[in-house]
Amino acid sequence: MTMTTEPTTQSGPRKQAPAGHAAPKPHKKHSARKRGAGSYAVIAAVGIFVLAFLSPFGIILLNSFKTGADYRANGSLSLPEEWNWAVIGDVWERVEFTQKLVNSIQISLGVVLIAVVLALFNAYAIGIGRVRRRTAFLVFFLGINVLPQEGLVYPIYYLFKEMGLYDGKLGYTVLVGITYSAFGTYLLASVFASFPRELIEAASLDGAGRWTILWRIVLPMSWPTLSVMCVFFFVWSWNEFLYPLVLLISNDNQTVPLGLSVLQGQYSSDPTSLSAAALLGVIPMVVFFLIFQRSLTRGLTAGAVK
Amino acid sequence: MKTTRHPRSTGYAVFLAPGLLLSLLFLVVPLVMTLYYSLTAWQGIGEPAFTGLDNYTRLFQDADFWASFRNIGFVIVGIAVVPTLLGLFLAALLFDYIGKKHGDGVVGVFRSGLYLPQVIPVAVTGLMWGWILAPEGAINSVLETVGLSSLTQNWLGDPDLALWMVLAVLVWMQLGYPLVLFMSGLQRIDPELYEAASLDGATWWQRFTRITVPILRPEVYVVLVTTTIAGLKVFAQIFVLTGGGPGNSTLVPAYFAYQNFFERADVGYGSAISTTITLLVLIIAGTMLTRQAREDG
Repeated sequence: MTMTTEPTTQSGPRKQAPAGHAAPKPHKKHSARKRGAGSYAVIAAVGIFVLAFLSPFGIILLNSFKTGADYRANGSLSLPEEWNWAVIGDVWERVEFTQKLVNSIQISLGVVLIAVVLALFNAYAIGIGRVRRRTAFLVFFLGINVLPQEGLVYPIYYLFKEMGLYDGKLGYTVLVGITYSAFGTYLLASVFASFPRELIEAASLDGAGRWTILWRIVLPMSWPTLSVMCVFFFVWSWNEFLYPLVLLISNDNQTVPLGLSVLQGQYSSDPTSLSAAALLGVIPMVVFFLIFQRSLTRGLTAGAVK
Repeated sequence: MKTTRHPRSTGYAVFLAPGLLLSLLFLVVPLVMTLYYSLTAWQGIGEPAFTGLDNYTRLFQDADFWASFRNIGFVIVGIAVVPTLLGLFLAALLFDYIGKKHGDGVVGVFRSGLYLPQVIPVAVTGLMWGWILAPEGAINSVLETVGLSSLTQNWLGDPDLALWMVLAVLVWMQLGYPLVLFMSGLQRIDPELYEAASLDGATWWQRFTRITVPILRPEVYVVLVTTTIAGLKVFAQIFVLTGGGPGNSTLVPAYFAYQNFFERADVGYGSAISTTITLLVLIIAGTMLTRQAREDG
């Protein structure tokens, strides 16, 4: 369960409109910027804290390029004697990393598509169509959204086996897409609640049908929220663990995190390989983070924590 | 009001149909099935045998189950309480101090850095920390390099240490969530309020406790509730870091349920465990929802 942070996507009336958002900046510039020595001490302290906080990433970066002998001789904090790619290459091949990347990308894109389309339809009916019992439907989706996966996973595993969906991307993608659509419905419905109704009424008078209104008016206007949702659903889907652990077992279907985490057991006596595996797992999401940082930190704020 | 709205609201129900049907099929049906399995003895093959509340009786007498709930208490501290407190402090520091003296650029970098663990797959985070904390891992290797080999530990293999290590990793993973949420909440504050307080001689700490924290109350509430729910569901971290061990020292309910489903083929019992978690989660979420509805009027 997660909430929105941005006022424009918030349902609650207690948050300010974007006008309040822009206010803080212009005032300040002239007066308050007195930088005493103390302020540099504070910034240095926080800087050190952040560096220490991020040091695990640095450590796996260093050690993924070492040979086992180098690691044993020089420990984990030294620079590699030479930057060798052999360990990373070896792990890459052993886990069939290319295949895993393809799987993860395919699945996550599919999940995003299904989740966003379903959420858009649901929210259109609830927020704009104001169907009867809409509050009950909203509560339903909210409830679905918090259900723990461990409470559903066994019957899903059983039913997927019965239906031939087990260990296949299709069933899995649909399942995760539906799961996320509940959150998307809740979020979009609250955005749509404040949608300018004159627009819809005007279009309606001009003879536009429900599909036209959705496609031509609602969709373009909710694009900012939708794009943030896409980014988050992609990350969530990429990072899923329990469902893919149970439902996707073959190499052809396994996702990146799962493919790598099985190495824990195999490589327990091979520190540099384990480090390389962690590095391979970290890189795609760091890249993604650098590209979509704005959406990720300013849009909704998501639990990595479902 | 009703008369103007009613004619317009026909014809929209069709948009709700696919989402509703699929949710029922893929989520509600399994939910009901788990509830039913929890009242049976079943190995996952053949027919489940109805046993009433036997699984629940067994559950409440099971030391592993209680251990898993005690550990969940720790997990919630690591995932909800500590990140919230630390996040409040850091958000205020970044927003009200560093941001004002040194501008938004450096604040943005710090915020992004602290948020980064949130987007890394939990399994990979577990792999990374598992490696760092391993007997031959980075921490022990550092300690040996600086001549403190007497302090080396089997960090995740020692029953007295493992849970604390899990807690520390959870804090590390989770800090970015409240931080980003709080910093965004702070945008609401009228800067004049801080300025007026400063002019009246309020210290940073006074502004923190009298202005920042009260204003962020809605965010704190959201963070505590959502992360407590997340805490009840914690699985991947435990699966990858410790496998619930050593012994049951880091066992959590979700992992306990998983073991019963897939390792011990005790589906009925696993279902009872997961039904219990589901109920708890729904109760907490329901409480939050009604409280929020009341506040919004």
